[in-house]
Amino acid sequence: MSDYVAISNSLPLYLIVGVVLLFIALVSVYFMVRSYKAGIRIGMDKAVLRKAIISSASFTVLPSVSILLGVAALSGSLGVPAAWLRLSVIGNLQYEATVASIAAESMGKTLDSAVLNMDDLVTILLVMTVGIIWGCVFSILFLKPYSKKIRITKRSDGKKGFADWAMTAMFIGLCSAFLGSYVGRLAVYGELIPILTAIISAAVMLLFQYLIEKRGMKGLESFSLAASMLVGMASAAILSLFIGA
Amino acid sequence: MKEDFDFEEYNNSIHRDGRILMTIALALLIAVPFIIALITGAHINWKDFWPALIKVLIIYVPSSAAEFLIYVPLLGAGACYLAFITGNLTNLKIPCAFNAREIAGAEAGTPENEIISTLSVATSALVTMVVIFIGVLLLIPLTPLLNNPVIKPAFDNVLPALFGALGMQYYMKSLKLSVLPLLLMSVLCILIPSLIAQTSTMIIVIGAFSIALSYLMYRKNWL
Repeated sequence: MSDYVAISNSLPLYLIVGVVLLFIALVSVYFMVRSYKAGIRIGMDKAVLRKAIISSASFTVLPSVSILLGVAALSGSLGVPAAWLRLSVIGNLQYEATVASIAAESMGKTLDSAVLNMDDLVTILLVMTVGIIWGCVFSILFLKPYSKKIRITKRSDGKKGFADWAMTAMFIGLCSAFLGSYVGRLAVYGELIPILTAIISAAVMLLFQYLIEKRGMKGLESFSLAASMLVGMASAAILSLFIGA
Repeated sequence: MKEDFDFEEYNNSIHRDGRILMTIALALLIAVPFIIALITGAHINWKDFWPALIKVLIIYVPSSAAEFLIYVPLLGAGACYLAFITGNLTNLKIPCAFNAREIAGAEAGTPENEIISTLSVATSALVTMVVIFIGVLLLIPLTPLLNNPVIKPAFDNVLPALFGALGMQYYMKSLKLSVLPLLLMSVLCILIPSLIAQTSTMIIVIGAFSIALSYLMYRKNWL
């Protein structure tokens, strides 16, 4: 085991991450207790409140396993504690994987434990953290005035507004930048595995979309992204055995 | 609503506590890389930090602002403070809160909705933490396995797997809008191979192109 792998998975790092996550868990408990008590005080039925808790807990288990797969995916390069922290707060798997990659690339590296060192890890972690705190910063500064002013507004014809399309377009652009680069890697360097991996995980996602939308298997929704990735990643390992990286 | 309970006052105290606790949580999160650097003797590479951060901010500040503007009306105050600090909004917290609200029969904009959403997001955050904690305990013995030469290509291809699946999800929302950005990036990478290693810069270029294209198509009613 290299020094980097050993240090990035060492006990002090687990303790640091554990303390931060414990604080956030306590904040969650505090809000939970306060809202439960407020619910009772405004006359809500205890059974309704309990049902909300139980349904939320059961709803969360499956997507949480998919987040765990994200921890496993990132832990290979960032170590388990850093991946554990990042996937437990703010952000999401898509953000963390993308930003870790952007940060590594800026340092002229790739997300590979064989080439990273501890300087790289703390720099990547800081980029990942500062890059995603803005929803929290907006909440601290503007949530109170904003929440007092707004009501949900929808277009009267029920269609998506431009803001929704701009969000979709931004993510289409993001995905296209990566997928186009895999086409380039195939055309220029003859690298088959990245594009095949992308095609296989896209095909699995298409199958999931069919099952969810046409067959009404809504329960698969929470798992579709993680499972498609997992099949794609497994294919990459199998393909590497036959055609090399 | 019972008359001895002032919901407005409750809401104000949620904002006060939310702001304080969120500020502490943010300070802790930002401190982590510095503490790790201190303990392990590592150094933050500021020369590489700023260019990387600027690339990330260009993409994620607008998307964070959009999420903030969209989710606050849906969730309410208490749930928002928690959801923003614990993350996984679109893939977990929002559907979870909606599910709970549906089950509880709470209407949007009511104190009942505010309370059910907060309860739901708090429960969801705690369950996620427990599941990941148990998973991490199991991951430790698995770490050497994850670096096994046979398995390693799988982890080297996380991003192609992620963007293949995610791309399919977004492309299905509008194939018309997807064709040109993908084609443009592919052609650019073939014509100028140095761009292949500049994906993070190209995200900005292709993202801006996609948004401009969506505006044009939206105005022409093509979407």
